Amino acid sequence: MTVLCLVEHDDSGPVDASLRALSFARLLGETSGDSLASVLVGDISAATLESLASFGVSDAYAVESDELHAYAPAGWARALVELVSTSSATAVVAAGTDRGNEVMAHVGAFTGLPMVANCYRASREGETTVRLSRQRWAGSLIEDAVIEASPALLTVAFDGVVAEPSPLPTSPTVRAHHPSLSDRDLSVRVSEWMDRSAGISLADARVVVGGGRGVGSPEGFAPIEELAGLLGAAVGVSRVVTSLGWRSHNQQVGQTGTRISPDLYLACGISGAIQHLAGCQSAKHVVAINTDPDAPIISRADYAVIGDLNVIVPALVTAIRERGLGRAST
Amino acid sequence: MNVLVCIKRVPMVGGKIAVTADAQSVETRLLGFTVSPHEECAVEEAVRIVELRGGAVSVLTLGPPDAADQLRDAVAVGAGNPILLETDGREWGPIATAGAIVDAVRRHESSGEPYDLILFGNEAADTGDYQVGVRVAHELGRPCVTGIKHLEISDVAVRARREFRGGDELFELNLPAVVTVKEGINLPRYPSLPGRMRAKKAVVEQSTPERHDDPVHLQALRVPVVERQRAEILGTGLEAVPALVALLEQLGVLS
Repeated sequence: MTVLCLVEHDDSGPVDASLRALSFARLLGETSGDSLASVLVGDISAATLESLASFGVSDAYAVESDELHAYAPAGWARALVELVSTSSATAVVAAGTDRGNEVMAHVGAFTGLPMVANCYRASREGETTVRLSRQRWAGSLIEDAVIEASPALLTVAFDGVVAEPSPLPTSPTVRAHHPSLSDRDLSVRVSEWMDRSAGISLADARVVVGGGRGVGSPEGFAPIEELAGLLGAAVGVSRVVTSLGWRSHNQQVGQTGTRISPDLYLACGISGAIQHLAGCQSAKHVVAINTDPDAPIISRADYAVIGDLNVIVPALVTAIRERGLGRAST
Repeated sequence: MNVLVCIKRVPMVGGKIAVTADAQSVETRLLGFTVSPHEECAVEEAVRIVELRGGAVSVLTLGPPDAADQLRDAVAVGAGNPILLETDGREWGPIATAGAIVDAVRRHESSGEPYDLILFGNEAADTGDYQVGVRVAHELGRPCVTGIKHLEISDVAVRARREFRGGDELFELNLPAVVTVKEGINLPRYPSLPGRMRAKKAVVEQSTPERHDDPVHLQALRVPVVERQRAEILGTGLEAVPALVALLEQLGVLS
């Protein structure tokens, strides 16, 4: 018996979210004595195989199909459903990414089985019973639940699990799988890819300067932009700022925007609603500038300045310039 | 073009969530309710499609009698035909919810109004299940794509874009289809005065759906323990600026 884990990969190997899913899947398997099997679509590179070995994978399935060179959610799901019987899976796990959640929803629909999203802990309690904890409200609320169905279909909360290699590395057996795909499985496929990356991406930025309602107007963002320039930072905003039309939605940090994980998040005039905090809880350091010492952001921040950002940020810009610090001080 | 939008009523939780004494639901006695954010954008998208191409927008929700308020919110910004699948207020999981929606869609379509497009939010703000739209699509035998942030529609197909690793991937689906959207696909309008009047007068079609079995059993809800302590206050007003500069230097971001 196995726990199957869908692995998303790019040129450098499995993506981080999938390594976390592998850790989660291995720990789940340990509660029932099941081995860990990985599933990825396409060829398994040497670097990927090395990662799979260090995360304790026993069987590495490579789904080989000319029709899946372009991502097809139902096609991926069909391959997973086939491998459930091939590998006698007691659970199927994927990262809680856009693709992971989508593919697992299709697996749930194909099989009629429940799918539980954003889990961070799970253990087997009986042949068809899994006890689990999962995130609701993007991590601001926890649900403890029991599923009575087999295999259990689970996705893994990105910030709820650490990517931890197995104490017992393996040498995975690579197994090719050729799925039988119907036209319907392939009716939705990526037909084109457009690169839009330009400048510092918010999701990957090492420093983010955030602005909220306290900025007061679209024009009020000029000092925030200036500070971001000096710090080599991306600008992020809260939901209210995009709802008011002050800034574009692609700068929104939060549950329904971008999730950031910078070394420093400087949150200016942001009160810290759950919606927003959900997007910045992976920041290493949070510094808040806010007029309200009781704002929720203050209890989540490491450091805070109590005051009006519209006074403090321009003064901070001037101070950095005067000392000849920061980037592009021209 | 007939478009159906499925929405969910969720509490406006603001900065803090509290759980009821029996740990079975979120304490909402002091909270207002709203349409879940992605679905607010789904309503706006449906209204824009119909403004452009003609047709009708229907809006559906499954929830307690008070969920009619959220249907009226949708009517106020341009949707018509509000449909309430009324529950006793207990939580319905994704399998049960999808089952009830499929039953309602079949009932409406058998009376001669096929939906060309069914829109959902990518995931509900509260439970975040990511699957009701996909399950409905499979049950109805229609193509489906999730997480969409740009939609173009013709008489026979939709072109849908979503973000993937710093770019956009494009999908093309034949109609009828199911699409789940994300906030950012548009900026929802505010209700107009005539819209509000229309919402007030709208007749909500109400029915009581059959509950399909769901093998996931909620044991308890709890608020996670936050380990982080209260922030170290660097100072108040302008006097804090030197300390802030020193901190930025110490964190190594002023190179």
